[in-house]
Amino acid sequence: MARMKFLCDAERCIECNGCVTACKNENEVPWGVNRRRVVTINDGVMGAEKSISVACMHCSDAPCMAVCPVDCFYRTDDGVVLHDKDLCIGCGYCFYACPFGAPQFPQAGAFGQRGKMDKCTFCAGGPENDQSAAEFKKYGRNRLSEGKLPACAEMCSTKALLGGDGDVIADIYRDRVVRRGKGSEVWGWGTAYGQGRAGAQAPAKGATR
Amino acid sequence: MMVRLLLFIALTGLAACGDREQIAEGPRSYQGKPDSAPWNEGDRATWEAAIKARQLAQHEYKRIEQ
Repeated sequence: MARMKFLCDAERCIECNGCVTACKNENEVPWGVNRRRVVTINDGVMGAEKSISVACMHCSDAPCMAVCPVDCFYRTDDGVVLHDKDLCIGCGYCFYACPFGAPQFPQAGAFGQRGKMDKCTFCAGGPENDQSAAEFKKYGRNRLSEGKLPACAEMCSTKALLGGDGDVIADIYRDRVVRRGKGSEVWGWGTAYGQGRAGAQAPAKGATR
Repeated sequence: MMVRLLLFIALTGLAACGDREQIAEGPRSYQGKPDSAPWNEGDRATWEAAIKARQLAQHEYKRIEQ
């Protein structure tokens, strides 16, 4: 069984924002919500400036799942962390818990009222019928059910952003590092997929058939 | 007097050991609608093969060498 993960190769990312645009277009994400964004670290420091594409990393031991007061998160058999928007109350706890700032909240009304949380779905939709209109409206395209990978990774022009089974993309990355002989740091990989804490919440039972 | 004082300190010190941990724990599980697996509409093996091919297509060194 695949464990879907993202890996961003900082040596290759050229900050073109193609992944951001692909995500926005594919999922018709509203204004003000950025499921994916490109972050530049060490900005302006000669030789140390790196850009990385960041979104929900679909963590092995997802902090958002742990803090959600209404338990609207679930993990699919492929390791994708999704949520049910019908249950979400827009409290924002997940935003504070997430080390990647992945959960996004549309401004739903007056007085800064938050709407239901929106985040990267690994282009796997949500708990509506696959490829239905309701699923697209709430969660965006379900490319995974079409046998495709997330649009951001597939559209990446330099293939800096890799998406897919952790073992496969780690092999690709290892091969690159061996060939170029540098740049083995994988930003966020340890935070997202490192050793979980003891007694961590198990994947939700019955989340997938 | 000294012995009493020491005994008092020891007893009050131990009293803290009776404190229970107040971290919210317990069985938590997903409360929403069940989701279907991505291959539910078709054959699982075909779906896995398609996904695997897409994953490997990200490896441009191998793509070029093929």
